[in-house]
Amino acid sequence: MSATSDIEQLIEIMSRLPGLGPRSARRAVLHLIRKRSQLLHPLSETMATVAATARECLNCGNISTQDLCEICTSNVRQTGQICVVEDVSDLWAMERTGMFKGRYHVLGGTLSALDSVGPEELGLVRLEGRIPAEDVKEVILALNATVDGMTTAHYIADLLEARVRVTTLAQGVPVGGELDYLDDGTIGAALAARRPV
Amino acid sequence: MLYLESIRLARFRSYSALSLSTQSGPIAIFGSNGTGKTNLLEAVSLFSPGRGMRRASAAEMTQHRAEGWSVSGLLYGSDRPRDIAMRSRDGAARSLRIDEKPATQLDLGRLSRVLWLVPSMDRLWIEGAEGRRRFLDRMTLSFHPAHGESVLGYEKAMRERNRLLRDGQRDSGWYQALEAQMAKAGAQITANRAAALTKLISAQNFSETQFPTARLTLTHPDIPLPVTEADLRHALADARPKDMAAGRSRIGPHRVDLYGHYQAKDCPAYDCSTGEQKALLISLILANGRALVADTGSPPILLLDEVAAHLDPDRRAALFDEICALGSQAWMTGTEQSLFDALGSRGQYLRVDQQSITHVRA
Repeated sequence: MSATSDIEQLIEIMSRLPGLGPRSARRAVLHLIRKRSQLLHPLSETMATVAATARECLNCGNISTQDLCEICTSNVRQTGQICVVEDVSDLWAMERTGMFKGRYHVLGGTLSALDSVGPEELGLVRLEGRIPAEDVKEVILALNATVDGMTTAHYIADLLEARVRVTTLAQGVPVGGELDYLDDGTIGAALAARRPV
Repeated sequence: MLYLESIRLARFRSYSALSLSTQSGPIAIFGSNGTGKTNLLEAVSLFSPGRGMRRASAAEMTQHRAEGWSVSGLLYGSDRPRDIAMRSRDGAARSLRIDEKPATQLDLGRLSRVLWLVPSMDRLWIEGAEGRRRFLDRMTLSFHPAHGESVLGYEKAMRERNRLLRDGQRDSGWYQALEAQMAKAGAQITANRAAALTKLISAQNFSETQFPTARLTLTHPDIPLPVTEADLRHALADARPKDMAAGRSRIGPHRVDLYGHYQAKDCPAYDCSTGEQKALLISLILANGRALVADTGSPPILLLDEVAAHLDPDRRAALFDEICALGSQAWMTGTEQSLFDALGSRGQYLRVDQQSITHVRA
């Protein structure tokens, strides 16, 4: 394979990444080649390392370089709370807030008969097993407010609520949000979930 | 007053590029068959939520799939003009920007209300319930912009439930979770439809019109449709064994039919003549327009494709009078300018001739 076709192949692979198209992939590859020592070499080495070590945490489904992720091995994070999220990106979003101190359960999707994703595929048996094993007192459902997300939340709540407190994230006015710009459903949900000032 | 002040098309259907200025009030579009009159109406229909009046996918709206198409325009509404821009590339669903900011279909539904009558609806009263349900839901959407979201949510949960039924799945928790979503969205759909129907009936009954009035009722096969969220949830749970045998959900707002009864002749709409059936549909669209004026202060944009077909000259003249009284921007098509003679100087006239559109005098 010639050098040119190697570069073309790199561009083609990069263009398959989320958020990149052929044009932005070409620009990124050109930039990498021009910044060979600062970017291309460190990137290729890091990618090789991650490719060799990255795997799913056997306990929670987070991405880790060990069998168990740092959150699951940390005793400090065993607070009796598990936050259920759909995807690792949602876990990262929760971690960015720095507000949640407990552990997670990453479903890796939502219930969908049409896509052949059932309770087994979401690791719900594993989640049930974690409740006594990690002395869990509360399961917080942080799922998307879509039909699939709400169906999944309903299913998990039904499954667990006899054994543990099940809560879900509040729906309402976002921080810094203006009422005039909110949809009717959000305003309705915020009104229903109002609380003393 | 809601109207499009200008519209621009690029690579949309038969138009490689088009820029058109319009005013409020009726617009008569005439030209030979196949010159692109309906394509222009379809572009205007995209200024409301959904897939437009042909229910086409974004990919079907252009011959230049990779480059895609764009439709934009300046929409005058109750407060200030809004710049609405839609585009699709590579066959992807259309993206929407309002005043240069990304927006949702719901945002568009709050600003703009577009209703249409197309020749394929001439058989609406005769053919299956699906077409009448869609007609009902479009009228409902004009009063309740969030109705479309409820319908989509309900249908999504129902498709999932139907799959479980067909697969013979026994996990009752999974059914319960889906039925809870169906019941929540379904009760909202039923409430929206009932409220819209009340407004339509009231707008029909309290107006002097040359068009016939229809007695409208909603029907549901076998049993009355459970109205509340709790009742619908219980009905779905109870119906599971029979639904499993049938392989589909047999109860819910997706099975509702709109029954129309021609009051003056005391006969069902489906037994009326073709012309009378068309007149009933026009009557409903006009009633919808009047109810929206009462509700929101502004009439909807109307798209009446080949509306002159099946109407005698007197009814045609009556239609133009009613549209003018309503104050709607009504886009109407016909093959000849003479079809719009009774409109006189009250309308704008556009001649369509193979990709070019010219304003002409009355």
